Amino acid sequence: MMQRDIKRLSLILLFAPFALWILLLIILPHLGMFYISLREKVGPRMYEFGLENYINFFTEPIYWNTLIRTGSMSLLVTVLALLLGFPIAYYIAKIAGNRTRGALFLMCLIPLWVSDLIRAFGWILLLRETGIISSSLQWAGLINTPIEFLYNDATVIMGLVYTVILFMIVPLVSTLDGMDDAMIEAGYNLGGNGPTVLRRIIIPYAMPGIVSGCIVVFMLTAGSYLTPILLGGKNSSWFTEQIYDQFITRYNWESGAAFGFLLLAFTSLVVWGGLKLSGQTLNSTVARS
Amino acid sequence: MQSNTENDLECIQIKKHFGSVRAVDDVSFEIPKGSFFSILGPSGCGKTTLMRMIAGFESPTSGDIRIKGKSVIGTPPNRRNVKMVFQHLALFPMMNVYENIAYGLRCAGASKDVIRTKVHDVLERISLPDVANREITQLSGGQKQRIAIARCMVLDPDVLLLDEPLGALDLKLREAMKIELKLLQHQFDTTFVYITHDQSEALVMSDNVAIMNEGKFVQIGTPQELYHNPSAAFVAGFVGDTNRWAGKVTRVEGNTVEVETEAGLAMRGSVRGAGAPGIGDRVNAFVRPEFITAEKAGGSAVQSGNGQNVIEGKVDSILFNGANSRVLVRDRAGELIEADVVLTGGAQDLKPKDDVTLSWSPEQTMSFKA
Repeated sequence: MMQRDIKRLSLILLFAPFALWILLLIILPHLGMFYISLREKVGPRMYEFGLENYINFFTEPIYWNTLIRTGSMSLLVTVLALLLGFPIAYYIAKIAGNRTRGALFLMCLIPLWVSDLIRAFGWILLLRETGIISSSLQWAGLINTPIEFLYNDATVIMGLVYTVILFMIVPLVSTLDGMDDAMIEAGYNLGGNGPTVLRRIIIPYAMPGIVSGCIVVFMLTAGSYLTPILLGGKNSSWFTEQIYDQFITRYNWESGAAFGFLLLAFTSLVVWGGLKLSGQTLNSTVARS
Repeated sequence: MQSNTENDLECIQIKKHFGSVRAVDDVSFEIPKGSFFSILGPSGCGKTTLMRMIAGFESPTSGDIRIKGKSVIGTPPNRRNVKMVFQHLALFPMMNVYENIAYGLRCAGASKDVIRTKVHDVLERISLPDVANREITQLSGGQKQRIAIARCMVLDPDVLLLDEPLGALDLKLREAMKIELKLLQHQFDTTFVYITHDQSEALVMSDNVAIMNEGKFVQIGTPQELYHNPSAAFVAGFVGDTNRWAGKVTRVEGNTVEVETEAGLAMRGSVRGAGAPGIGDRVNAFVRPEFITAEKAGGSAVQSGNGQNVIEGKVDSILFNGANSRVLVRDRAGELIEADVVLTGGAQDLKPKDDVTLSWSPEQTMSFKA
């Protein structure tokens, strides 16, 4: 009896930090935010309960346009990260030798050792009007006047892909690693050519890793703030920027909280749709890798 | 070299070097149409490399591989009509049984109706007509095995390669699959090339067996030839169970030699293999346990007159294994000798510490010059 009590106590103690973390930092603030988002400001320090903040979002095109734009650009970033990350992951998992594999993984990790902010400033140094690329192009005589590479969508997308690609590569490497090489050889042996083997065998096998990487990358991108703001400037119209504006600039917490929940609902919806389309479940993807 | 179209597969002086390692060294053989050919060798002897070259996953350093008389050097694996059953089968887990079998037909561009008929036909032939819609994980080990073979056979290959496919199965199933594989081969009437390190698999199933060691073919022959007339000490030691003694020649008499082992056991043997040993040469002598008769001492049956080897000894231990029971006898010189015995469970059975007389003919004492 004693033994069992001790076991239970230690289990509870071990679990406590995680439970506290979830409760205090995730659940409580969200409940609070949800409560705030349902308050309507009717006068100074006068509030009423209602859906006004949510209705505002749908009646003002600039808000939902920004959300749609953020969503579609995040999808584009996810697709690009997948297209770029898959060959890299395949190379690391299947082609590279044991020693190069470690080195390559390390090279993918190195960007994470520097903070987001510093990396974004690195891009700025390279891409601004007086930056390295613009001036070297001028020096080479390819362009006459300095070019501003910052503050456009292409730069934002490039910066985001660069930040999140690692989160695509890691789950892909781990699923591809578990694939028996004989399976690929069998694919060829039974008469398949390169594209067939890729389409019918490698990709279906790697599907859990692909979906899991895509979910993580999409969530990270849609919720990112620093990269779109620093590389895209005011033009970026990223939805997180909208939320920040509501909270900080306008001091309109009610509307900011509602926007936060709308972003959460929107990304969850996209992820759900993606899972349905690919025929995968959360259990078979994110939980596995 | 004349190419014979009656042969499904010919390998001509195949060599494969990995750096300074000669994985496959000057191997030549031909396999007639519709036969079951095994390549038997210890692990690391180069048999898997040889098979991968036939399948096209490796290219030989030199030499030629011909399938149905046509050289396939430079032909990629997916263009060779050689299919392979992999060691761990490599069935595609994301497809069900039907899709697994249909994969090859799809690659070949067959129409839907043709695929359906062929898949059901081949499932019928491996007597698993109802598993088409099962997932791979729902199959038993033996069923997976048969599906892996069906997946290849549905494409009508010229040669089917099997890379130790029974290795992962448990003993009972392995015994059953041996017979089944042989039957399947008869039924499909296709050339099977079977790679294994398990001599009983090779002996039971094959029409011809090649013994491979250190990248070379030591001997090619029918299982009976390999067992009874090995051409080298390696073959005698590797195929079948055997007593093996290292010794010196003390007398030569035509094809018969007298050998004394290191412990001092003397016997008469027949010279086999290459090289005639002279007096004082080192030889290895092999005697299979089933050719040694063990009798209780004082029994009447043993006659030493007709040149038989007769040894007196004491039973050291009994190795009971049903019909394959053995007795371990220590002779006066101290050598251990294994002999097959019939144990009926009666009072006449040999028991440890019994005095026994062993006898075997010099003809069965295969002596190879070391």
